[in-house]
Amino acid sequence: MPDLLIELFSEEIPARMQKRAGEDLQKLVTNGLVEAGLTYASAAAFTTPRRLTLTVEGLLDQSPTTREERKGPKADAPEKAIEGFLRGAGLTRDQVEERETPKGNVLFAVIEKPGRPAAEIIAEVLEATIRNFPWPKSMRWGSAPLKWVRPLHSILCILTDEAGHSVVPGEVDGITFGDTTEGHRFMAPGRFPVTSFDDYSAKLTRAHVVLDASERADTIWNDATNAAFANGLEVVEDKGLLAEVAGLVEWPVVLMGKIGDDFLDLPPEVLQTSMKEHQKFFSVRNPKTGRIERFITVANRETADNGVTILAGNEKVLSARLADAKFFWENDLRTVREVGLEGMAKPLADVTFHNKLGSQAERVARIEALARELAPVVGAKPDLAAEAARIAKADLASEMVYEFPELQGIMGKYYAEAAGHNDGVPEACEEHYSPLGPSDDVPTAPVSVAVALADKLDTLTGFWAIEEKPTGSKDPYALRRAALGIIRLVLDNKLALALKNAFAARIGLHVAMLAESTSSDECEDLEKNLRLDADFQSKFDAIKADREGVLHSFGFNDVGSKTLPLASDLLAFFHDRLKVYLRDQGIRHDIIDACIAMPNNDDLTLLVKRARALSETLATDDGENLTQGFKRANNILTQAEEADGVEYSYGADIKFAEEPQETALFEALDTAEAKIAPAMKEQDFAAAMSAMATLRGPIDAFFEAVQINADNQTVRRNRLNLLSRIRTLCLSVADLTKVEG
Amino acid sequence: MSDTVTPPRSFQEIILRLQTYWASKGCAVLQPYDMEVGAGTFHPATTLRSLGSQPWAAAYVQPSRRPTDGRYGENPNRLQHYYQYQVLIKPSPPDLQDLYLGSLRAIGIDMDLHDIRFVEDDWESPTLGAWGLGWEVWCDGMEVSQFTYFQQVGGHDCHPVSGELTYGLERLAMYILGVDHVMDMPFNDPQAPIALSYGDIFKQTEEEYARWNFDVANTEVLLRHFEEAEAECEKILAQAHDDPKTGKRIIMVHPAYDQCIKASHIFNLLDARGVISVTERQAYIGRVRALAKQCADAFVQTRAGGWQPEDAA
Repeated sequence: MPDLLIELFSEEIPARMQKRAGEDLQKLVTNGLVEAGLTYASAAAFTTPRRLTLTVEGLLDQSPTTREERKGPKADAPEKAIEGFLRGAGLTRDQVEERETPKGNVLFAVIEKPGRPAAEIIAEVLEATIRNFPWPKSMRWGSAPLKWVRPLHSILCILTDEAGHSVVPGEVDGITFGDTTEGHRFMAPGRFPVTSFDDYSAKLTRAHVVLDASERADTIWNDATNAAFANGLEVVEDKGLLAEVAGLVEWPVVLMGKIGDDFLDLPPEVLQTSMKEHQKFFSVRNPKTGRIERFITVANRETADNGVTILAGNEKVLSARLADAKFFWENDLRTVREVGLEGMAKPLADVTFHNKLGSQAERVARIEALARELAPVVGAKPDLAAEAARIAKADLASEMVYEFPELQGIMGKYYAEAAGHNDGVPEACEEHYSPLGPSDDVPTAPVSVAVALADKLDTLTGFWAIEEKPTGSKDPYALRRAALGIIRLVLDNKLALALKNAFAARIGLHVAMLAESTSSDECEDLEKNLRLDADFQSKFDAIKADREGVLHSFGFNDVGSKTLPLASDLLAFFHDRLKVYLRDQGIRHDIIDACIAMPNNDDLTLLVKRARALSETLATDDGENLTQGFKRANNILTQAEEADGVEYSYGADIKFAEEPQETALFEALDTAEAKIAPAMKEQDFAAAMSAMATLRGPIDAFFEAVQINADNQTVRRNRLNLLSRIRTLCLSVADLTKVEG
Repeated sequence: MSDTVTPPRSFQEIILRLQTYWASKGCAVLQPYDMEVGAGTFHPATTLRSLGSQPWAAAYVQPSRRPTDGRYGENPNRLQHYYQYQVLIKPSPPDLQDLYLGSLRAIGIDMDLHDIRFVEDDWESPTLGAWGLGWEVWCDGMEVSQFTYFQQVGGHDCHPVSGELTYGLERLAMYILGVDHVMDMPFNDPQAPIALSYGDIFKQTEEEYARWNFDVANTEVLLRHFEEAEAECEKILAQAHDDPKTGKRIIMVHPAYDQCIKASHIFNLLDARGVISVTERQAYIGRVRALAKQCADAFVQTRAGGWQPEDAA
């Protein structure tokens, strides 16, 4: 059984594409081989900046012969039928058999497909793979029509068995398959032949190429941590950077360099970002002080001077880079000193946030108003929350963030500190973007929470007002993330916030601003009167009534007609995000639906408290059976109501009870009601639900012993009204009709 | 590989060596284009000649202007007027990487001591409606060149593909010569009877242009010139292909393209004057791109752009 070795040798492949390309090569080639009948024992792919390599071991040396039998028409069928059959089988009359069957003599064709040699199949599969390779971005070069990620120079494709190796005959657009490759571009130039995978990897090592990317990454990490350790320092871990750097070198050589003294006082995030983004350096930290003091760079070669020249060059480039960073840092600090963060934020008036939603400055003003209103809900001082919101985005106008956008927030914190804040504002500048993902930390400091909520609330209500909602996989403004952010901020901080009114108040304002016809008077009135915590419709009606006699603009009328549907839609979006979030925490979507159907479903803290209690109750034997009992009661009742055309909702009387189980149910309901009503008032869902669960026994016993549809109509009606009590009581806790199973 | 090249001693020596090297590799060594441009790519020898089927090989220095980068000659690395060295070969030869590395050797970079890397960098010029794939080339962590395989120019697919090399001459030379501030760099031989530094030649002009670019240039005039250049470009291209006087087919692509270049530079000046808002920016870039596309459309209708008289039939 031969082994196959393929190497596609090209100009430098972007580091970020290499891993996937190796996987694609393996998948496409092995799938192609198997489809053609060539099975194999094992396969592995490797990548370096200049090559994709695939080794396939234990390959069949040819595909198996296949035999197919086809039944045709009777031997004495009309000529045309027989001709058609022969054509389909690709045989002549004397090549098909005549067999006796109970129906007479019938023609049978036996089609044998002989196996094909592995080399022939491989050549076809490899050519198809190269022509259809799924590069994220590919290109043409020279005059050839072929596309590849960068110019493809050679294709090595050999089969090796005990007898030796042979080149698989084939070519793609003038590149003929061969058995040679190249080593390191500078340390071992020139081509050499190889005879097998073992020979290939051994010769590559000698030619200063480490074929395996994970081996390169391990070498880099080990050498880097050792070099740092020897100096009492530690490397700042960065897996993404490690993978990238391993994709930039074939022969990694780790070098540790110094950062000029002038730059050591820059914020560590600035040093780290500048070194990583521009130079792909690792940061080396002093564990005692937390300062970044050195860097690690990874060269692609050894040199006679042990990297002295290379390191000197890198240090020089870094100094130039950091001189820029220091220049930005000092300019920004001067700006803060001279005009404050508000002054720094001025240019945001000229930065468009979104062409329909105005400038960044307008957005900041909205967030400020929101933060002020939200402050009492989160336990922050309104003035402080407003101030934090006003300056939280000032760093977007700083020189440092212009150069390094990923430092937004972090620079804000430093600049707020420089402005003399020590009141939670610097933290708010940094944390108001959080949480960024499902596992990101959630801010808990009141000022941070106020600004973080305000920021996201403005974004979401704004985009809902202009009806640019996420669709399918498209979510360019990260609105799903913003909604999840609000959900986590509310839940983790146990905030009581009625979202629907808050949504409506802000969507209403957005709608008013968007409509050109809205007068400034109207906008002012809306701004003054729409409150996050007040019922939108009644506020709007009041404003409208106050403006009695004034002609309303189309924009103002739009606010009345468009706002609540948009707010409901946004709330539904939140409920969907909440389901996804809680599903990951083990709460079923039907349980959440049962709670969403209850009043105050826009208070997420309450909603989740209810859902958790219900989830726990349903996990018990009593809870699960109670649901069955409830459903049975509900079904019987619904059918009876439909049949009789009346609603059984009141008047069950114990005096018409005939059976002891019936009497017992009356008593159980009385007891449970006495417990549930006050518990619900206290929003103690757990107590309410455990009281509800105690009904399970009496309900089961009742259904066991009692025939609802009694002949006596009074007794029947009384029993239906009793079922109605079960329904009403259970539905006051959660909508159990939504619970599955 | 035992190429012991003597280190160059001045900025101009590095330029001369690049000229000699690329001449020896068969390039036509052209002179700079005589208009203000933002980068060597704007030279018609690159923009227009990368279009169509005709083979091409050219190398040249191009003075380039980026008004917003002016720092009054004080920043060690930033200039509003600087030099690029540009090579364009169509179709891109299979050994272009090796040819390029040869040029680094020629200007004194010892491959045995330095770490040269090709790091992904896709190139795009929104003003020219052009893009390509390639790398920035790093020498010991410093970007010394852009290396691009043009895929599209002026909205046209490149067939065949051109290979483009762009060297940022000041930065490269400062590195080779071991100079920390561009103004300290020897321009001619430091042993010459009258030795001139880069600063001797350009410090004053950097100051003058920085002041003019940022604070004095008449924006009303510039805005008008932009409109005029745009109108003129379109008017030139709207002329009939056949010249009524000579009876020849003369499509005036280059005069039209000059107007496109002019509009592009005026836009850069307006940008430096800070009178273009973020939203307007995109619109201006789009207008220049529209001109570049029309010029590209016209160029492929000319002989240099691969048009054959038979095509007319």
